[in-house]
Amino acid sequence: MNIPYTVEARPDTGLHNGKLGIWLFLASEVMLFGALFSSYILLRVGAPEWPHGELSVPLGTINTIILISSSVTMVMAWASLKMNDWGKHRLYLLGTFVLAGIFLVNKYFEYSEHLHKGEGPWHSTFFAIYFTMTGLHGLHIVGGMIVMAYLLGPGAKLWKKNPDQFANRIEATGLYWHFVDLVWIFLFPVLYLL
Amino acid sequence: MHSDPAEIKKSVRSYITVFVMLMVFTVLTVTAASFHFAVPMAITVALIIAVMKGSMVAGVFMHLSNEKKAIYGALLLTLAFFIVLLFVPLFTMMDHIGVAK
Repeated sequence: MNIPYTVEARPDTGLHNGKLGIWLFLASEVMLFGALFSSYILLRVGAPEWPHGELSVPLGTINTIILISSSVTMVMAWASLKMNDWGKHRLYLLGTFVLAGIFLVNKYFEYSEHLHKGEGPWHSTFFAIYFTMTGLHGLHIVGGMIVMAYLLGPGAKLWKKNPDQFANRIEATGLYWHFVDLVWIFLFPVLYLL
Repeated sequence: MHSDPAEIKKSVRSYITVFVMLMVFTVLTVTAASFHFAVPMAITVALIIAVMKGSMVAGVFMHLSNEKKAIYGALLLTLAFFIVLLFVPLFTMMDHIGVAK
C-alpha cells in the first residue's frame, strides 16, 4: 500500500505529510522546552540568590559556534541535494554529523569537570536545572545524530529510488536540527551568561 | 520555500550572510555579558540578541519567512500556549495563602 502525499503536497494544507508532521512535532518540542524554561524562571525568581560564573563561558561560546556552523552545513546539505550535487550533499551532511559529535565531546568534558568537583545535579538548584536542560538538549543532539547516521548509511539508498522523498527527509531532518540549534541559542545566555 | 535550483543558488548567499550575522551576534552576546550590567538590563540585552538570532535561524534556515498558512497557524497556536506556559506559573508568586502576615 502506498502512503499518499509523501512527495506531492496535500491539496488542503499545501504541504506533504512529512513536513506537516515535523512542524507539529517541533510545536510539541517548544512546549517541552518551554516547560523547562518556565521552571528555570520560577526557580530563579524564587531563589534568594543565583550563582554567577559557575560555567565555562569559553567552552559554551565554542559550543555555540559549533552548533551554528552545523546548522549552516545542514541547510547546505539540503540545498546541494536540490541542486543535484550528491557529493557536496554527503560532505555537508557528514560535516554536520562530525560537528554534532564535537559538541557532545565538549559537553562530556564540561560535565566531567563539574562532576569531579562534586557539582552534580544534587549540588544546587542551579546545577539541577543546568543538567536537566542541557541533558535534554544533549539527548536531542544524539537523536539528530542517529537520524543523520541513517541518512548517510542505509537511508541514502532512497535517493536513487525516489530522490524527491529523500530530499524531503533531509529537509525534515534539517528542520529538527535547526530547532536544536535554536534551543541552544537561548540556553547559552540563560545558563552561561546571566 | 524554493525548489527551483536557480532560486536555491540565490538562497545559499543568504545562508552565508545569516551564518556571519549569527557569529557576530554570538560575539556581541559574550561581549555584552562582560560589561556586568545590572541583572534586569543584562537579561533584556541577552534576550533581545537571542531573539534576533533565533529569528534568523527560523526565518532563513527553517524557511519560515516563506511558508504555508498551515504552518503559521500551528506555530501561532503554539506561541500562545508557550506564553501561557512561560508566565502563568509566575502567578503562584502572588499566592499568599499559608504565608504568615
